[in-house]
Amino acid sequence: MLTVSGLKRLHLRVSFDVRGGECVALQGPSGAGKTLLLRAIADLDPNDGAVRLDGQLRETMPAPAWRKQVTYLAAEPGWWAETVQDHFAAWDDALPLVERLRLPHDCASWPIQRLSTGERQRLALVRALVLQSRVLLLDEPTSALDTASAAAVEALIADRVSEGTSVIWTTHDDAQARRVGSRILRMNSGGGIEEHLT
Amino acid sequence: MTYISLSYGDLILPALLVVMDGALSLVLHLKLERQLAVATLRMVIQLVLVGYVLTFLFAAVSPFWTALAAFIMVLFASREIVARQKRRLPGIWSYGLGAGCTLLAAGTVTMFALLTELRPDPWFHPRYALPLLGMILGNTMTGISLGLDVLINGLVRERSAIEACLALGGTRYQAVLPVIRDALRSGFTPIMNSMAAIGLVSLPGMMTGQILAGVAPVDAAKYQLLIMFLIAGGTGFGTLAAVLGGARLLTDQRHRLRLDRISSRELT
Repeated sequence: MLTVSGLKRLHLRVSFDVRGGECVALQGPSGAGKTLLLRAIADLDPNDGAVRLDGQLRETMPAPAWRKQVTYLAAEPGWWAETVQDHFAAWDDALPLVERLRLPHDCASWPIQRLSTGERQRLALVRALVLQSRVLLLDEPTSALDTASAAAVEALIADRVSEGTSVIWTTHDDAQARRVGSRILRMNSGGGIEEHLT
Repeated sequence: MTYISLSYGDLILPALLVVMDGALSLVLHLKLERQLAVATLRMVIQLVLVGYVLTFLFAAVSPFWTALAAFIMVLFASREIVARQKRRLPGIWSYGLGAGCTLLAAGTVTMFALLTELRPDPWFHPRYALPLLGMILGNTMTGISLGLDVLINGLVRERSAIEACLALGGTRYQAVLPVIRDALRSGFTPIMNSMAAIGLVSLPGMMTGQILAGVAPVDAAKYQLLIMFLIAGGTGFGTLAAVLGGARLLTDQRHRLRLDRISSRELT
């Protein structure tokens, strides 16, 4: 279970928890701090407060080890190498996910520049999923996708959730929030958070 | 060794060439006259002063005065490194990193040359120590300032790629390595270009000076080779230290990219 207690980052002041095998939708107006919150949980920005995974405090483990268990996926993911497969430790592990997300099976050798925005978004998700993280922090993971691709992503994440992965999923799409989340956490402009059951 | 000595009067005619540049600027409306005049005046004052200062230092052969001159040279070099940065490191580090790495690299390489190759008596003799340090310092400074500039701009430009790597459990060194490589390449490029072109495109200043002072060309070439090896070593060492130090300052113990540590005034 992921427990967030008194997390403070800029205007944010939040506490909540996410059970194992639960997907929580995170909503709120632009600028409310959804991305800030996910980045703070992943420890990508300096922040105060206690974040625990199964009771273990984040600071008691090295940051890279924490992020392999609590993985953040940015809305506009970055790429640091020339080709697609250069971003994967083992491309074979990614292949089943690539096929499931309806990506071209021969895209391994493609230069990143050849990918469309939607392909990049799905490949970035694959890149995160191969880590088999305990918690996924997904920042608008379907914002650049067509309906069919978004449905494939939702189905894939639902499978992971049923296998025990915890997910926080930010979205501006109310219908999607109700579909994917067992609860909706709504952020307000004051940096607080309110809970709604779906 | 014999050389043709120049009087100040001998410099009047060549100085007219600069006046000609000024006239050209006036005629063509380049608006460079004022800048040219200031630069020329600065050059004359600085070189004449340095001539007298070196005369004093060479006569004194004092470890204190030699160290003080070297310290002042390093201070000016670090100031120049900071002046060349578009984006700067925070607080004291904007000067400290450049000055520290310049001092470390140029100082080490100069000491190495004095103690193992030239072996003057005393070992710190300013006639050898200061010109050597000056040449190594100038080139090391260029490498360090270029390396730091490319590093800081690269970290800003590649932020999303670096943070994607960090978010997937990469260490700060894995994440910033591509930018570090770019920065080191940029820092090394001027000295490599200079080494490749030397002797073909132009005769280097020190070799020319020695030849004009009556040194045999082959001996002057050997001296120049020594200097180039020292400069290459100093530049490599200094640039590596500055780039790694800069990368460390702009990340933290929790393997986060800390662009907030760059002066926000410069972040546009």
